[in-house]
Order: sequence, then C-alpha cells, then structure tokens
Amino acid sequence: MSVLIQSELAENAVGTAASGARIGLRRFARNRFALTGTAAIILFVVFCFLGPVFYHTDQIHTNLTQINLPPGGAHWLGTDAVGHDELGRLMYGGKVSLTVGLSAGLLATVIGTLWGSVAGYAGGWADAVMMRVVDAGIAIPALFILLVISAITTPSVPGLVVILGLVSWLVPSRLVRAETLTLKNRDYVLTLRAIGGTHRRAIFRHILPNAVSTVVVAATFQVADAILLVAYVSYLGLGVQSPQTDWGGMLSAGLTAAYSGYWWLILPPGLAVILVVCAFNAVGDGLRDAFSVRGRA
Amino acid sequence: MTARYLAGRLLQAVAVILVVTVIVFGLLHALPGGPARGILGPHAGAAQIAAFNRAQGLDKPLPVQYLYYLNTLLHGNLGSSYTLNEPVSQLIAQRLPKTLVLTVLSAIIGLVVAIPLGMWQAVRRNKPTDYLITALSFIAYATPVYFFGIVLILVFSQILPWFPPEAPQGDTLAEVLSDPAALVLPVVAGAASMVAVFSRYMRGATLENLAEDYVRTARAGGAAPRAILGRHVFRNSLTPVVAMLGYYVPVLFGGALVVEQLFNYPGMGLLFWSAAQSSDYPVLLGCVLVISVATVIGTLLADILQRLIDPRVKAGDEA
Repeated sequence: MSVLIQSELAENAVGTAASGARIGLRRFARNRFALTGTAAIILFVVFCFLGPVFYHTDQIHTNLTQINLPPGGAHWLGTDAVGHDELGRLMYGGKVSLTVGLSAGLLATVIGTLWGSVAGYAGGWADAVMMRVVDAGIAIPALFILLVISAITTPSVPGLVVILGLVSWLVPSRLVRAETLTLKNRDYVLTLRAIGGTHRRAIFRHILPNAVSTVVVAATFQVADAILLVAYVSYLGLGVQSPQTDWGGMLSAGLTAAYSGYWWLILPPGLAVILVVCAFNAVGDGLRDAFSVRGRA
Repeated sequence: MTARYLAGRLLQAVAVILVVTVIVFGLLHALPGGPARGILGPHAGAAQIAAFNRAQGLDKPLPVQYLYYLNTLLHGNLGSSYTLNEPVSQLIAQRLPKTLVLTVLSAIIGLVVAIPLGMWQAVRRNKPTDYLITALSFIAYATPVYFFGIVLILVFSQILPWFPPEAPQGDTLAEVLSDPAALVLPVVAGAASMVAVFSRYMRGATLENLAEDYVRTARAGGAAPRAILGRHVFRNSLTPVVAMLGYYVPVLFGGALVVEQLFNYPGMGLLFWSAAQSSDYPVLLGCVLVISVATVIGTLLADILQRLIDPRVKAGDEA
C-alpha cells in the first residue's frame, strides 16, 4: 500500500516536473540573451578543446628568439614574453579555466545544496547553527582566504578545484535552504513522513527533485563566478604553474607588458574571461526567468 | 523595529563573529608549523618551537587553546607582525580608515549611478537603451577588477594624462583626501561591478513595483508619472537594494584588496597583500578577523536600515 502511494506520488511529481521543464525550455528558447550565451559557451568549448587539433602550437618549450611579436604572419595573435604563440595559449589556458571553473562551480553547488537542504529540513537549532556557519563564511571575503592559502601552499589543479569549491558554496546553500523551507511542509513530504518514510528519502526523493530548477540556476551562476574566481586566483599567486596556464595567468603575466604597449597579451585573455562569464550569467538569467526561480537578480 | 528583533539580530551577529574566530583559529593551526612557526618566524628551531608551545599553552587541548585565543582577542591583542615589528592591531588601526574611505566612496558612487540607472532602465524596459545598459552591466560584472584597473590606467593616465596612475600616498586621512584626483581611478575601479549589480537589482525592483496596484491607483487618480516614480516607486524599490547592500560588503572589501594592490594605495588590502608575500601570518589572520567583523557589522547595519525605510518589513517581523 505504502509502496503504491509512493510510486503514485513519484509519478505525479515526475509528470509535473516534465511539463514544467517543457514550458520552461520553450520560454528559454525565446530569450535572445540566453540563446546567445548558450551559443557562446559552445563556441568557447569548441575553440579550447578542438582548436588545438587544427592550430598546432608548442606550449611547452620557450622560444626566446620569438618573444613579444605583434599579431600577424605565423602567429595570428602574436607571441608572449617567452615566445609562446598567444592564440594557441588562449586555447590551452582556456581548457584549464573552463575545466577548473566548471568543476569548482559544480562542487560548490553540490556542497551548498546538501548543506542548505539539510539545514532547512532539520530546522530549529541545527538550522540556526548551520546557517551561522554560512554567515561566517560569507563574512570572510573569498579573495582574502585565497590569499592566505597562497601564502601557505601552492595547490595542484584538483586541489585548486577543492579550494575554490570550499570558498564558494555559501550562496547556493542559502538559496536551497529557502526553497527547502517552502517544500518541506508540502503534502507529499508530510504524507511520506506519516507513512514512515525516512528523512533521507524526504530530502533526496521529494525535496531536492522539486528544488531542481533553483539548483540548476544556482549552478549556472556559480560556474560563472567560479570562472571569474579562477581568473583572480592566478593574480593572487595560487594559480596553475608554468608551463601550464589559464586565462587569469595569461592576464597577470601580461599586466606589466601592457605598459609597454603589448596589448595582444592582455586583451585576448581579458575578453575571453569577460565573454565566458557573461555567457554563463546570461544563461543563468534566462533559466531563472524561464523557470520563475527567485534569487540573484 | 522591535527591541526583540534588534536583540535577536545582535545575538546572531555575535554568533557569526564567534564562528569566524573558530575559522581563523583553524587557519592558525593549519599553518605549516602551527602558530609557533607563525610567531617565531621561519628560522626558529624545533627546541625553540617546543619551548614556545609550552610557554604559550600550545601543548594544551585545542578547545582550551581556543579559549586562550578568544581571551587574547577580547583584550584587543592580535599578535605582532614579524616583518614590520609592530603590533598587528596598531598596523590595522592605521590602515583600516583608508580602506574604509576607498570602499565607502566606491559604494556611494556606485549607488548614486546604479539606482537612477536601474529605474531609468525599468521605465524604458525592453527598448534598445535598456538592452544596451543590461549588456554593459553584464560586461562590468564579468570583468576582473585588476583587468579593468589596468585598462583605466592605460586609457586615463597613459593615453589621456587626466589622472595619476597611483592612489594618494599620504599617511593620514587628511593627506589622502587632499589629493582627490589621485582617488578617481581607484574609486571608479572599485565602483564598476557595484554599478553593474545594483542597477540590475534596482531595475528588477522598480519593474515589480510598477506592476503594483498602488501605481495604477495613483495613475488613475491623475498623478504625474514622474511624481509616482519619485514619490512611491523609488522608496519601495530601495528596500531590496538596501538589503543586498549587506551581502555586498565582503565583495567591496575583496575589491579593495585588488584595487589597493594595483594602485599602490596604503590601506588594509595592501597591508594584507604584502603580508601574504612575506608569509606574515599574524598580520594575515588579524586582517581576516577585522575585515570579517567589519562585514558582519555592515550586514547588520544594512538589515536595520532596511527595516527603518520599509514599514512592510517591520510589520512582518512583529507578526
């Protein structure tokens, strides 16, 4: 009997979620900003991951006879201070920026979702304590924490993802908690509890699936912020080590060169960061409007 | 605003600050060699560290140590910088006002531009100017502060020699404020993302309010559109914006860290930056603590301000 009710409930939830998703996607498809953002993300992924297949460059060895060359000839975007081809470096660095940004953004969303849903569902003291931890985390600016860590250690790329994830899960946890507070008293959750369903089941099978649009929107903004944070990280001295690089590393390496007029060393990585972050934000904005999620404006 | 609300909110702020001290205490112990290494410096030997640990009670259990730590904090003791050879509290007291000048000026300029901009966008919604400003605010939000700062220096200091590329170098606040031209670029760099974020909030809030019944009633009663906007919509739209201001305080301080380093402005951000280069842990952790407390206070003030300007929020928490 209880199994029957549960499967029926689940079916209902799936039914509404699916049609809600269809309506949302249709709305999303009418949003020109969001569509442009989606196209830009696809283009950047193709550029960074497939580009090197067609445009071969040596990004390992330095070539000191070919440094700071302006764009043109064999080097479409010129070369940097140690002779790496700038266009090739843009693809090579983009791979790291996009991979780290995406992984860190998703990790932050996962941590935030778990923390926020548990806090909101538990309520009372547990909620109060858990949310004060979030407030404290938000009160310490991420850049400051990252700079302290850079004074202690230089992490590997996976380590960097974990560090970035750990400093940026706070905002999604707040959003998911707020959503959980409204969902936990819905009839389907109360019914589940009444027939003896576990808390775990209530959170993972009923609350989170219904909060999925909030989570997806939060994840999109989170990825945008993480890519931006990755660009700061190299500037703070935490970034990936040479000969590896990312857009932030290219930017901070090019900063001094900018005064010498080598504009091609800062404009391409700078514009790449700006465009990708804008693209993810535009998609997040579009998804939020399409699925009527409240949260970041 | 009820006294009950105020007391609860204050208690909450104290709890948050306590959690911050736990995090900083944790960082202190995550340092290579622990706090002894942090205070004695990189050249201390093992025997020296052991003696220091015994003398300072660092061989006691962690909870006991935490209480010791809290006790020294309550006495205003943040340790000593071992590169500058001065108490951290003194260093911070010299530099914090300068950082506050920078962040408060950036915030004021940012809001003064963002609020009318957002309202104007809402009134002209879905017209080309609205799209243009939306696009610009997306770009401003996505631009790393240091990249924007470099572009500002290149354009407004190198190509067009309008402003100095370096922030004021004075020791006192009066000296800093006596050189306003040098403050322009750092303040603009700090305000840019603020304009982006808050014009979006203001646009959204104004749009919501324009759809409310009271606007239709006022319009039906023959009130001039400008008067409706200025008298009613403006004030009601400001509430969510003020609430967001609290959340934005840490972002402002993070921005100041980069702006101060870029423009060589001798505030707390630059102090923090140079402490990181020399692994001056007492300064690093002292700054983190002070910045976090400043953030908690900023958030608290924004919450209270929000309740003062919006009667609806007040009614909500008495219910």
